[in-house]
Amino acid sequence: MSDTLHEMTAAELGEALAAGKTSAVEIARSFIARAEAVDEKVHAFLHRDDEDFLAQAHASDERRSKGESLGPLDGVPVAVKDVISVKGQPLTAASRILENYVSPYDATVIVKLKHAGALVWGRLNLDEFAMGSSTENSAYGATNNPWDLACVPGGSSGGSAAAVAAREAPLTLGSDTGGSIRQPAALCGVVGMKPTYGMVSRYGLAAFASSLDQIGPFSQTVEDAALLLQTISGHDPLDSTSYPAEVPDYHRALAEKPGPLKLGLPKEFFGEAIDEEVRKLVDEAIQFYRDDGHEVIEISLPMTDLSIPVYYLIATAEASSNLARYDGIRYTHRSDRAENAIDVYAKSRGEGFGEEVKRRCILGAYALSSGYYDAYYLRAQKARTLIRRDFEKAFEQVDAILTPTSPTPAFRQGERNEDPIAMYLSDVFTISTNLAGLPALSVPCGFTEAGLPVGLHIIGQAFKETDLLRVANAYDTVHSFGRKVPQL
Amino acid sequence: MGESQEMDIGYVANLARIELSEEEKEKFRGQFGDILKYFDRLSEVDVEGVEPTAHAFPRHNVWDQDEARPGFSAEEALANAPAQRLDQVVVPKVIEE
Repeated sequence: MSDTLHEMTAAELGEALAAGKTSAVEIARSFIARAEAVDEKVHAFLHRDDEDFLAQAHASDERRSKGESLGPLDGVPVAVKDVISVKGQPLTAASRILENYVSPYDATVIVKLKHAGALVWGRLNLDEFAMGSSTENSAYGATNNPWDLACVPGGSSGGSAAAVAAREAPLTLGSDTGGSIRQPAALCGVVGMKPTYGMVSRYGLAAFASSLDQIGPFSQTVEDAALLLQTISGHDPLDSTSYPAEVPDYHRALAEKPGPLKLGLPKEFFGEAIDEEVRKLVDEAIQFYRDDGHEVIEISLPMTDLSIPVYYLIATAEASSNLARYDGIRYTHRSDRAENAIDVYAKSRGEGFGEEVKRRCILGAYALSSGYYDAYYLRAQKARTLIRRDFEKAFEQVDAILTPTSPTPAFRQGERNEDPIAMYLSDVFTISTNLAGLPALSVPCGFTEAGLPVGLHIIGQAFKETDLLRVANAYDTVHSFGRKVPQL
Repeated sequence: MGESQEMDIGYVANLARIELSEEEKEKFRGQFGDILKYFDRLSEVDVEGVEPTAHAFPRHNVWDQDEARPGFSAEEALANAPAQRLDQVVVPKVIEE
């Protein structure tokens, strides 16, 4: 069994453990061996603590032998994007400025995973401070797409997506501010989900744009996404924006097929420049829903055109404020060229931050600065209201919205590096859902002729993750594109 | 906001407390010009009388019990500090003599 353990889903691993067909230690060893075999090519991990991983696995096996198993994730590995705090483990956010930082506490999602017996393992690569769409902005080297190593895995959670695609972990956590879970999931051929804003605590997540950031799961299947989401969701007094909503039993809800639904195709999205093969595969997925008895209608989200400028103004403004904490004083790199207090800030940050982080912090400071606040930041917040209303109106007509996740399949390393706007446009289909706070996921819907995966983006209604997961599962159980393993 | 204006990079970089090299300033100048021009499409939308959105699902008056909870020891809190002495962070002098 150990030869194939690393290819199994979390649900399958849970069943095998419950049936006594394998052990958590055997599972941990299998994933360590897999990472040893392929991560040199993929570079999904920035750091691995295999000893700690095995110790957690031993503890899990011990619990199970005493009949004290903690549930379906007990003994199942979950690898973590390097922006989520795990006590005693490094957190670099792929930045030089946090090169030597060690987290003194667990993020709430990590506390929940540990309570569920999951094996919390490794630190996964990303664009520095989650700013980027290709994982090329990492200070510690890019991650490569497991389907074509010359291509990017998407970003910013590129390591999280690539690790699941390369079968280095059955489940991973990422964070999504404008598409940073869904776009890499699409480009790597796995499932990635951003929950409704407030469903998952952000406590212990290194903040990028606080009003947009959400932590969410990566997996091979929608079923696994439901399992992981179940474990990490719920109100948290330590995050004042966490929403006091009940967490439904997502996994059980999947057993129910969705009744006949109305699904909307926003004409503004399909009018955008979309790669021909992406369009064809997404069209086929949409046809599946028609054949499955659902009604598909055209809808309009007239403010779509504004979402990129609105997003980049709000996200950079929030980032410039959030990243002020990396100041060279309390817990970051400190420049040894500094002669006075202001110098410590400016030089430490100048040395510690990479180019995209500098670009965004300066752009955000500009949008917030005296004389420009009304024209840029406030105006963007007002336009954000209009974008939100577009969705509210659309959801009076439909139950869910279908779009491509990304306008193109994975692009080549270096292709969009020097052109920030081209890179920003990678997120054109995903960012408006963050602005509106809605849940959305990407489910693999096939491969291009070159063998690159494509994702179908499904947007749901606020706090109705159950419906969203059911819609996605209806497609995923029939097609299972996320089960295909890349040749590495 | 109308036509985008040229940004004074040195001034804004100082606001952001980020030291930039001359090459970075030169590179960013062109890129910011393009980005701000792209943002100008925002000036065309009518937002008269529209309430701004700060959070998608705003929550107000989030209260917490005023109870003591265990926190970090000085050692834990300072474990990541770049310079420390006597349970305190060491910083450059901020008061002129």
